[in-house]
Amino acid sequence: MQLKINNNKQMKIILSGSQLSITIRRLAHQVLENHHELENTVLIGIQPRGVFLSDRLVNEIQNQMPGHEIHYGKLDITFYRDDVRNELHVANQTDIPFTIENKKVVLIDDVLYTGRTIRSALDALLDYGRPAKVELCVLIDRRFSRQFPIQPDYVGKSIDSIITQRVKVSWAEEEVKIME
Amino acid sequence: MSLSSKHLLGIRHLTKDDISLILQTATQFKEVLQRPIKKVPSLRDITIVNLFFENSTRTRISFELAEKRLSADTISFSASGSSVSKGETLLDTVNNILSMKVDMVVMRHSASGAPHFLAQHIPAAIINAGDGINEHPTQALLDAFSIIEKKGGLEGIKVAIIGDIMHSRVAQSNIYLLKKMGAEVVVCGPPTLIPKYISEALGVRVEYDIKKTLAWCDVANVLRIQLERQNQVLFSSLREYNLAYGITRRLLDGLSKEIVIMHPGPINRGVEIDSDVADGNQSIILQQVENGVAVRMAVLYLLADRGQKY
Repeated sequence: MQLKINNNKQMKIILSGSQLSITIRRLAHQVLENHHELENTVLIGIQPRGVFLSDRLVNEIQNQMPGHEIHYGKLDITFYRDDVRNELHVANQTDIPFTIENKKVVLIDDVLYTGRTIRSALDALLDYGRPAKVELCVLIDRRFSRQFPIQPDYVGKSIDSIITQRVKVSWAEEEVKIME
Repeated sequence: MSLSSKHLLGIRHLTKDDISLILQTATQFKEVLQRPIKKVPSLRDITIVNLFFENSTRTRISFELAEKRLSADTISFSASGSSVSKGETLLDTVNNILSMKVDMVVMRHSASGAPHFLAQHIPAAIINAGDGINEHPTQALLDAFSIIEKKGGLEGIKVAIIGDIMHSRVAQSNIYLLKKMGAEVVVCGPPTLIPKYISEALGVRVEYDIKKTLAWCDVANVLRIQLERQNQVLFSSLREYNLAYGITRRLLDGLSKEIVIMHPGPINRGVEIDSDVADGNQSIILQQVENGVAVRMAVLYLLADRGQKY
């Protein structure tokens, strides 16, 4: 781990470059391990930031199963947020071009913090049908920060963080950092 | 990011960013309307009253559906069969309804400026569903959305608005919006139905020849001849209007390109537009209606009060 001071803001890089790639590859293998040949399984990335991870993850999974059709969709949860009436949030695209009825859904997001986003995602998902099972895959688990009883099934890295810190995944720079 | 005004009184008051935000949000709501469960919980703590002092089918049902899809509670009021016939004033009617903790008002009224008057006197957010011959902002927004869906954008698109421009709030709102978003606008109709200084006032070109208009435009928005609004006879007969300005299959077939046909509804078949055109494959009239719900959902979602109320 490297320590960087940047514009009076302390920043600690917790995953970078090759570490990030290896972690994503491991997550892909773990998902495949539990979902034999992705039969009856669909992958859904959560807008806006979960989609960067899910794009990479689905790419990895496709590399492991060339020629196999993967059901991959994107879900925007803006209208289901529990703070939807406190602040105006602009919605992104939702594209789920398949049914989730009786399927195993793997929700994919970059950082799991309070759990409210995933709670909203579950509500949104249930308006599309009745899935057989829902699992959660995240790159970073900010453990001990949960405000809802929600836990991930696949975790890239678990970290301890306090409420004033921000965990940022920078896909452009290929690094994950904590900022004060 | 939010809208620049608390109300939607007219396109005149909206900025280009406002319009873009509404149309972008409407795209997401249109996707919601394709889902098996066409509902989102976003406005479930809001109560909305639809005050329609003038007749309407499309607009009223469209707003009611939009409200229900946002999980808001909705009540509809039409002037006939209400105490307005007992002489109750507009302000009294609205204040009485607001005392029952109604949060937003969607209003259509025959007097231009009625929603603006209300906006100055009541705390709720007001959405103008058509006021007299002034504006009909949600119609213009759904028209723009439909054009973008078909043509990819508004900048540089040539739009002809054809018919009774003088009495049309749809025309006025469309002109404001299209000009703001960089489209070119021509108005076409009999000289008796086009306001005298409209070129100078609104920056549109006036054309009296329907063939030239259709040859020029990419999109033709055909307005209804409003028989109920005219006290004087401003053209000789409906048959003559159809001969001179009606959109017919023959006119369209004589053009070198396929133009998009729009109409705000309700259609007077055989007057401003012939049945085979209205039902033909160049017409996006029914898509306009479908888009209306998504656009109204976007407007309601963006205008819902976001201050803490508890």
